[in-house]
Amino acid sequence: MHGAVVVDTERCKGCNLCVLACPLGVLELTPKTVNTKGYHYTHPVKEDICIGCASCAIVCPDGCITVYRKKEE
Amino acid sequence: MTREEIINTGELVYKKPELLNETPMHYCPGCPHGTVHKLVAEVIDDMGMRDKTIAVSPVGCSVFAYRYIDVDWEEAAHGRAPALASAIKRLWPDRLVFTYQGDGDLACIGTAETIHALNRKENITIIFINNAIYGMTGGQMAPTTLLGQKTVTCPYGREVALHGYPLKIADIAAILPGTCYVTRQTVHTVPAIRKAKAAIRKAFEYSLQGKGSNLVEIVSTCNSGWKMSPEKSFKWMEENMVPFYPLGDLKDTGKE
Repeated sequence: MHGAVVVDTERCKGCNLCVLACPLGVLELTPKTVNTKGYHYTHPVKEDICIGCASCAIVCPDGCITVYRKKEE
Repeated sequence: MTREEIINTGELVYKKPELLNETPMHYCPGCPHGTVHKLVAEVIDDMGMRDKTIAVSPVGCSVFAYRYIDVDWEEAAHGRAPALASAIKRLWPDRLVFTYQGDGDLACIGTAETIHALNRKENITIIFINNAIYGMTGGQMAPTTLLGQKTVTCPYGREVALHGYPLKIADIAAILPGTCYVTRQTVHTVPAIRKAKAAIRKAFEYSLQGKGSNLVEIVSTCNSGWKMSPEKSFKWMEENMVPFYPLGDLKDTGKE
């Protein structure tokens, strides 16, 4: 299984809940850059190990995350 | 497999529910209000009740709930949401009517309206967000504040002699003959969120079937009011709130 996470970075408020919810440590908050609201937004850093379980998207209070998944052929 | 390949040809696992619009929510980062808004939007969509839902928003942090979920809303006076919802449901018996209230609104100012609407067997659902504090006005003590919990109006912690005991609204609702389904849930982990969604769905279905009034309490956090990070506030909630407000169904007479 391969997953891909798409983050609406402008909607993200950097609450860090998705980072904690991810079982594989795919996501991280940006260390230096911020969005127009001034928040350090979340972004996938280890995208190759994402399995598309959608834990991050389910816990996101602002609905910033869209998750796709594809079976390995 | 590249990222573009997965996005273009893979299956969509999760996206923001369509009923939740693009307006940025005013809630603080990590506030469970957003998660519950998402669940409500998902359940309404799953039930196909998009055009047949009338919701009532309260006074409190969730006062602007009508901005975020694209169904019909009415805004009630402070604490009076269950009274307004009763009127709407009696005029439109085929509509899905629910209120969305916090603990300051429901358990303090609106206690009378809440208890009487539940006991009158109005076929409505009350979604009750209990974060043990007045979040919007700056973190004052609420009736649901735990003993020993520090807030800006009880800086040395709540004590019985001075402030009395915390109020368990769901326990009161469970003994009323008019209620059909009373449950207490939380939204701090993925399994808990799934359970909360199922509970909201069940409550909505019972209210549509005319089985009585329903109360879904969500034990929640207020990281700004509690002066903690979202992560720490969820931990504090698990350690302190959940033992006092135990999770699970308190009453379910709809199965019979």
